[in-house]
Amino acid sequence: MSTLAPVLPLDPQTLRADFPILAIRLHDDVPLVYLDNAATTQRPRQVIQSLVDVYEKQYANVHRGIHWLSDQSTDLFEETREKVRAFINAPAREQVIFTYGTTEGINLVARSWGVANIKAGDEILLTEMEHHSNLVPWQQLAQERGAVLRHIPITDDGQLALERMPELLNERTKLVAVCHVSNVLGTINPIAEIVRQAHAAGAVVLVDAAQSVPHMPTDVQALDVDFLAFSGHKMLGPSGVGILYGRRELLEAMPPFLGGGSMIRRVKLDSFEPAELPAKFEAGTPPIVPAIGLGAAIDYLNAIGLENIHAYEQILTARAHQVLEAVGGVRLLGPAPEHKGGIVSFTLEGIHAHDVAQLLDRQGIAVRAGHHCAMPLHKRLGKNASVRASFYFYNTLAEVELLATALAETKRIFRKK
Amino acid sequence: MAAAAPAARADFAAAPRLFRLQTMPRDEDELYQEHILEHYEDPYHRGHAPHATHAHEDDNPLCGDVVEIDLAVDPQGKIDEIYFDGDGCCISQAAASMLVEHFDQKSVDDVKRFNAEDMLRLFGAKLTPNRQKCCLLSWRVLQAAIYSPVPNNGQPKLGAQQSPARPGKDD
Repeated sequence: MSTLAPVLPLDPQTLRADFPILAIRLHDDVPLVYLDNAATTQRPRQVIQSLVDVYEKQYANVHRGIHWLSDQSTDLFEETREKVRAFINAPAREQVIFTYGTTEGINLVARSWGVANIKAGDEILLTEMEHHSNLVPWQQLAQERGAVLRHIPITDDGQLALERMPELLNERTKLVAVCHVSNVLGTINPIAEIVRQAHAAGAVVLVDAAQSVPHMPTDVQALDVDFLAFSGHKMLGPSGVGILYGRRELLEAMPPFLGGGSMIRRVKLDSFEPAELPAKFEAGTPPIVPAIGLGAAIDYLNAIGLENIHAYEQILTARAHQVLEAVGGVRLLGPAPEHKGGIVSFTLEGIHAHDVAQLLDRQGIAVRAGHHCAMPLHKRLGKNASVRASFYFYNTLAEVELLATALAETKRIFRKK
Repeated sequence: MAAAAPAARADFAAAPRLFRLQTMPRDEDELYQEHILEHYEDPYHRGHAPHATHAHEDDNPLCGDVVEIDLAVDPQGKIDEIYFDGDGCCISQAAASMLVEHFDQKSVDDVKRFNAEDMLRLFGAKLTPNRQKCCLLSWRVLQAAIYSPVPNNGQPKLGAQQSPARPGKDD
């Protein structure tokens, strides 16, 4: 077997050594096989240490104190904004807004840009594969404004039916909101092409990049997107911090979202003037330490190289398809591996997803089971629930193979009658 | 694609045997113990009560588990017939089977006295809080069913019979 072993774009064993949690053993001394990275990733000690360092040496509130410690904290916080800018190739730092996560970023756009721009009869184009966080804010907005929601359907193999887009776009379409990578199907959507069609129709495009930014190079200028949102905790960073990128003209024209400290230039008893970007959208004390931790995470990811991570995850996904297809009764969701990121969802015939996940857990394998915050997609697929294995660069081919072995064992337990 | 980083050769034969499959534990803590799988694979009274007087259906939207329970209650409050139907995980369907077996020929008052803790005890295996919801679904449905008379009270339903549906077969 070793003579046929593929040359890998990165060395997972070396990288795993940076992740203390990946060495834990559970239940009856089984090693942890963490395949729930689409829910949240683990953190390397470099990121954990960065949090400890801030708290021990450099922590104060940002943008406020005249004192030395506040300057330290502010510098670190703003350095992170620059790291994020470079990471997604945004034109300017002011276009990088710290949020509490992808969900807040999308809600910010819905409540600020949406309320200012969406009128009765306007249309918002979504897709059938969206996470609830890219459905519900638009449902709330549409309900309030009397707007119409439309959805790009998916094909049976879980790709967007893009040939349907021209008929779904019209002069009333104000916004197209779409995920870059589906959190269930793993499908990588052709964002540049979607943006081209949407812009030709005069619509603004928001991309839910929660499942793409951590796993592949992202260039917001090359993609030509108007808004792009993602979360820190899905890319080695702490939870409680996320990023919203926005096109400058749009962000400048938008009213503030949350009101409070930081987001103002001047306040009188009965009125206020909003601050300039990005402060305008960062009311209150921001997630200071999580943001700095995200900066450390970006350093770590850059050192590996996002193109290497993407290439490696495609190798894991291809192997997963190969070994899972060999387990009788497994039905893989979504397209062929070459159209996917590191997400492989499936059902096992005759055994509910929760039972599968529970039995996998017994063998140390952490997967997600359920509808993965995508109930409409599961309805479209005709499934109540599915099992999702999702990878990151620290997963190994051996772990992928163990998943298949453990599924065979799961079947054996249910089939012994 | 491999140009940007030093290439690593995956050598599984030489790697330490980190990943070994454990034998499943077989004590009373084991969730998928024999009697639970028995109820799942060969359920008690899966189908519909031919002379249902009461019925209720509910689901756990988060996991999609569904349980429906039909009862035929006589004027003295005795449960003459009790059947369940549904779809979902092993825990939810096995629990429903156990519950229906437990209350066959018992009384509505017995149902009222039967609390959530009794249900978890009847089920037997230890459950995490998340899986307790699966187990308690049928208990919740039964508690509601005794207050939910059906319109054609006690008349045989058209086509009422043992459901051929098997648990967990999703297509």
